[in-house]
Amino acid sequence: MDLLSTLRIALRALARNKMRSTLTMLGIIIGVGAVIAMVGIGQGADQTVQRQIANLGSNMLFVSSGSMNRGGLNLGWGATKTLVRADVAAIVRECHAVAAAAPGTQTSAQVVYENDNWGTRITGTTPEYFEIRTWPFQSGAGFTEDDVTNAANVAAIGETVRKNLFSTTEAVGKTIRIGNLPFKVVGVLVAKGQSPAMNEDQDDTIIVPLTTLQKKITGQPWLRFIMVSAKSRSGSYAAQQQIQALLRDRHRIRQEQPDDFTVRNLADLADLASEASKVMTGLLASIAGVSLLVGGIGIMNIMLVSVTERTREIGVRMAIGATEGDVQRQFLIEAVVMSLIGGALGIAVGVGASLLIASTAGWPILVSASAIAGAAVVAMAIGIFFGYYPAQKAARLDPIEALRYE
Amino acid sequence: MSAQPTNSLQAAEPAEEVKREEVVIQVQELHKTYDLGETQVHALRGVTLEIRRGEFVAIMGASGSGKSTFMNILGCLDKPSSGRYLLEGTDVSSLEKKQLAGIRNRKIGFVFQGFNLLARTTALENTELPTLYSRVDKIERRRRAVEALKMVGLGDRTGHFPSQLSGGQQQRVAIARALVNRPSILLADEPTGNLDSRTSVEVMEIFQSLNDKGLTIILVTHEHDISQFAKRSIVFRDGKIKRDEIIPNPARAAEVLKTMPSVEE
Ligand SMILES: Nc1ncnc2c1ncn2[C@@H]1O[C@H](COP(=O)(O)OP(=O)(O)OP(=O)(O)O)[C@@H](O)[C@H]1O
Ligand SMILES: [Mg+2]
Repeated sequence: MDLLSTLRIALRALARNKMRSTLTMLGIIIGVGAVIAMVGIGQGADQTVQRQIANLGSNMLFVSSGSMNRGGLNLGWGATKTLVRADVAAIVRECHAVAAAAPGTQTSAQVVYENDNWGTRITGTTPEYFEIRTWPFQSGAGFTEDDVTNAANVAAIGETVRKNLFSTTEAVGKTIRIGNLPFKVVGVLVAKGQSPAMNEDQDDTIIVPLTTLQKKITGQPWLRFIMVSAKSRSGSYAAQQQIQALLRDRHRIRQEQPDDFTVRNLADLADLASEASKVMTGLLASIAGVSLLVGGIGIMNIMLVSVTERTREIGVRMAIGATEGDVQRQFLIEAVVMSLIGGALGIAVGVGASLLIASTAGWPILVSASAIAGAAVVAMAIGIFFGYYPAQKAARLDPIEALRYE
Repeated sequence: MSAQPTNSLQAAEPAEEVKREEVVIQVQELHKTYDLGETQVHALRGVTLEIRRGEFVAIMGASGSGKSTFMNILGCLDKPSSGRYLLEGTDVSSLEKKQLAGIRNRKIGFVFQGFNLLARTTALENTELPTLYSRVDKIERRRRAVEALKMVGLGDRTGHFPSQLSGGQQQRVAIARALVNRPSILLADEPTGNLDSRTSVEVMEIFQSLNDKGLTIILVTHEHDISQFAKRSIVFRDGKIKRDEIIPNPARAAEVLKTMPSVEE
């Protein structure tokens, strides 16, 4: 029998028991829908993390003073007084994989504008910082190399600071006080949001020339960190090694001694994060996959019932010339049609649920074409797998006994 | 019911044919044993028989004498425990399942006592069914099914479901289905068993006209009157042929119908 006729017979058989077919498909619908939504959530989360990491800066490496080996992850931060501005110049000059580098040091201070005051983080750096972090201005501009040379009292402020000090008034051109010093606001940075790496509000910051901060506020010549951008993402590992070797050399660290600085690579962080979200996606998808399995068992169950109910029909078909193959195909296609329709509806439900979750819970959800294609393939595979046994059972019926079946 | 004497022209013609026509069915020492564990049922105990093209054979016999068993073997639905069955010269026992299905599809038409139509499927689609399993294109399928339904006088009922048809009409659809692939043999196991006497004769009228056109028909019946429409009668007893004789002047169903009161009266 040709495929088209078989397909028509299958559709008609399913249409005959609409309620039953629908209920049977429900398992697949829910299963496929759940898998798509879950994978969507997982991939959406991954994409968000990746975007946030990219948001930190382009191919960024972060060199901080102090060693990770000493006192754990972040305790060494700024503990040693070895990182200096000359290191920055050397990195740019000698590390081939490096595109740019910016020195940095930090303190916190109370900032006042008219009657408002706000406690925030003050970062001292050079104009390269804005470049490395790919951080544009919403109004005004950053400070210049000259401002750094002259230790000028100028400041670029983050969105959170702007909101708290100025709310609706224009910030650029106004003078704020950091501690007792007046600073002219030259630019307002665009909002970057929460940082995934340090888990802090990136916009809650004021950025001033490095020299101004060092000479007029902290009085310390050391750097807390150097921000570096590699020439390419793939080059970031090379940059990491070059910086490490260079700084060890410059700081005269002997072979057996640990680093007195830490180089962290955002590509590492991105890989780690995507590894984590892959694990999460896999976990969610396999939980959803269990309902697919249950759906498949439902199909098998109903197909077995159907074979029993239609024993006489099978007998008639065999008596008038249907081969075992014809009968087997008929039931197999019926199962596959059921699972494919279920799969298609499941995709619709999954996409719908994803959109709903995205809009109500505000989670970023990414439904990829590959997830949809995968779901379709899995649905078909389920139909074949769980339809095979009932179809086999139908094909093996003895025509005489089948004809006599009441 | 009284059998009408048939006219000599029609009676003479098949008699001549029987002589020169080839043998379509040849069975030798056919045995069928059902193994039921502790007991064995010998349904057939050595049946030897030849049937030529164009014959119309009625098989009679008590219940349990092995008629259905024999028909199932002839129809390639079942295999004998021993013995030989040659269908148009081919030894059926040497064929594979797929080839047997092909024979059931194209060479043999089967009519059952219980009609065995597919429910919620129109007369036309029921009739079409065998063509789905042979290489016939869609237009030809339709054409043949309509033709077969017209042949049994149901050209105006193509869109009816079995539930909308009388028993006689359902059996006629079943006959149309058996004919749609133009088989050379029609096997009917008690086709009139569920029908009233007039409808039974109507079915026999169809059989006779098909046989007139050269179709070989083998029919199982319990009713002596029905067997008298055939040209040859075989009686089974305990899985063996007890009697095998030519019916000298088969009744003509068309004539008999004229003498029968119609349902409305
Ligand atoms: N599948 C089977 N298993 C066991 N015994 C069977 C089977 N089919 C038939 N028989 C036995 O074989 C014998 C012949 O049965 P068969 O159906 O051929 O009789 P029949 O002549 O057609 O009877 P009826 O006129 O009642 O239809 C019976 O004794 C029956 O019980
Ligand atoms: Mg019988």
